[in-house]
Amino acid sequence: MMYAISAIGAALILAAGHFLPWTITPIIIGLTYAIAALGVSVMMRAGQVSFGHAMYACISAYTVAFIARAYPGTDAITLILAGVLVSVLASAIIGVFMVRYRGIFFGMLNLALSMVLFALLSKLYHITGGTDGLRIPRPPFLGMTLERESFEFLLLGLALVISFGLAWWVQRYFRSGNGAALAAIKTNETRLEYLGFSAYVVMWRGYLLSATVVGFSGSLLALIQGLVTPELGLWLRSGEYVFIAILGGAGHAVGAFLGALVFEAVKLTSSAYFPHLWQFILGFTLIIVIFLFPKGFVGQLSKRMKL
Amino acid sequence: MFFDILPLALVDGIAYACLLFLVSMGLTLIFGVMGILNVAHGAFYAFGGYSAASFIMMLAPTTESAWIPLVSLFLVAIVVGTLLGGLMELVLIRRAQAYDPILKLLLTFGALLMLEDVQRFIWGAQPYSASEVVGRLGNIELGNITYTTYQLVVVPATALVAYIGLEYFLRYTNLGKQMVAVTHNREVATSLGINAGKIGLITFIIGAILGVLGGALASPTTSLVPGAGADMIVLSFAVVATAGLGQITGALIAALMIGILRSIAVYMAPEVEVAVPYIIMGLVLLVRPHGLFTVAQARTI
Repeated sequence: MMYAISAIGAALILAAGHFLPWTITPIIIGLTYAIAALGVSVMMRAGQVSFGHAMYACISAYTVAFIARAYPGTDAITLILAGVLVSVLASAIIGVFMVRYRGIFFGMLNLALSMVLFALLSKLYHITGGTDGLRIPRPPFLGMTLERESFEFLLLGLALVISFGLAWWVQRYFRSGNGAALAAIKTNETRLEYLGFSAYVVMWRGYLLSATVVGFSGSLLALIQGLVTPELGLWLRSGEYVFIAILGGAGHAVGAFLGALVFEAVKLTSSAYFPHLWQFILGFTLIIVIFLFPKGFVGQLSKRMKL
Repeated sequence: MFFDILPLALVDGIAYACLLFLVSMGLTLIFGVMGILNVAHGAFYAFGGYSAASFIMMLAPTTESAWIPLVSLFLVAIVVGTLLGGLMELVLIRRAQAYDPILKLLLTFGALLMLEDVQRFIWGAQPYSASEVVGRLGNIELGNITYTTYQLVVVPATALVAYIGLEYFLRYTNLGKQMVAVTHNREVATSLGINAGKIGLITFIIGAILGVLGGALASPTTSLVPGAGADMIVLSFAVVATAGLGQITGALIAALMIGILRSIAVYMAPEVEVAVPYIIMGLVLLVRPHGLFTVAQARTI
């Protein structure tokens, strides 16, 4: 069932990208939001909300920018993987102390680190280009040097493949022993420890997975925008990721994509018709959704059918 | 060099810390009693600043007095805080009592987004400031440095009075004691005949007034721009987390620490100024994972 819906969705996206090339950029950006929210929803399974996960998107995006500028001609795939690798390494180290914290302290420490990163990126002008950010020259794709349109179309295809891969991976993780243990941290951590699991290790693995997923989103975003700025790591960006994850619901990997779809739709229509009120409408939507579907769209869907 | 700027940095830092403390005190009070981390508190701060500034800009040409604008800062804070806080508690918070803390937090995040647009709709994007108040209260010379009376006396005194007043209220008045009871255990308090709904409304209004007052007192010395509220809320989160949730005295100490070190950083290392509060918070939480002043809680299995 889910596979059929996702396949239809992907086909629709590819068709849109093929016939209406101007939709490619907003669609890829929407997908990067969905991927990042997917990463955030991994930690939400454990009841932990991070208000700083945008820093991992920021780390991988700046890695892409640095490598693409230092070694022009590096392949897009290599760039994406390098970006993800660096955010995985960063999260492995940060995770060592981060996973001791719960609740608001977890959220705040993530936020604190992302603010420190944001401050450094905006102030170290000679390395990072300050608030203007860094331009990224268009890299070759699998050895082919491409024009803008075909590059963007291929990137769209790649973004879809990555989305599928990550959604499948996260969903598999949710159903694995480790994923179940992660969800148990939310229900009752003490009991989990009595069962012989180390809550610390379970959290660390979850943290690593969530940062990996968010890292993919950052690399893709850097490539489609051709520009990285410190705003990528601002806490409001992390807040938007949390927003999407809540909208969709953390029960199933598909939630992040549904959430991103609604988020982007609300954002685009309200900024087109009520340019001064888009934040108002976004906030209003969030409140209404929380009151109507406290478990997100996925919670509502799974009430009606077996996911 | 360091000792030359120290007195300046101290006064700046203390004045800033007092504003930060007022906002954080409201935040931590609301969290303590209701278990809600109110992100919309940043919007309360911004609304306080904007409405105080525009009220004083309207009032200042009609009078020469230094006291009328100063007193009106407080009046504006009380009126705006009661309206905003009361409205939000009745419309939003009251309905979400049984929700997960994360969902409660996101509800207030939604409210912040809405209020920021309302604020932009009312006051536009140009900066606002009520500098008349500072000018009319004059200066004080200490050593050979001139300080403004406003920053040296008015702001710290207000914060101190608010702190002592709140502590007295919580410890020695009937209503305050009921509030503390609700903090400890809502259900038991209700069964003892305390109207937890009413206590929630009063708490939220007091917290909102403190947030609005922080903004109103900031308006004479800073110029308000869109986004000021969002900046303030993350900073006061940092204060509250450093202090430990629900700790009022802790918030005072954490705010002083963060405010003073930040203003020293403004003079010594302006590049990292934005990051200083978060570095302090990170270091504190590394050593004390639940903040400076939290008491250990029993594990429930």
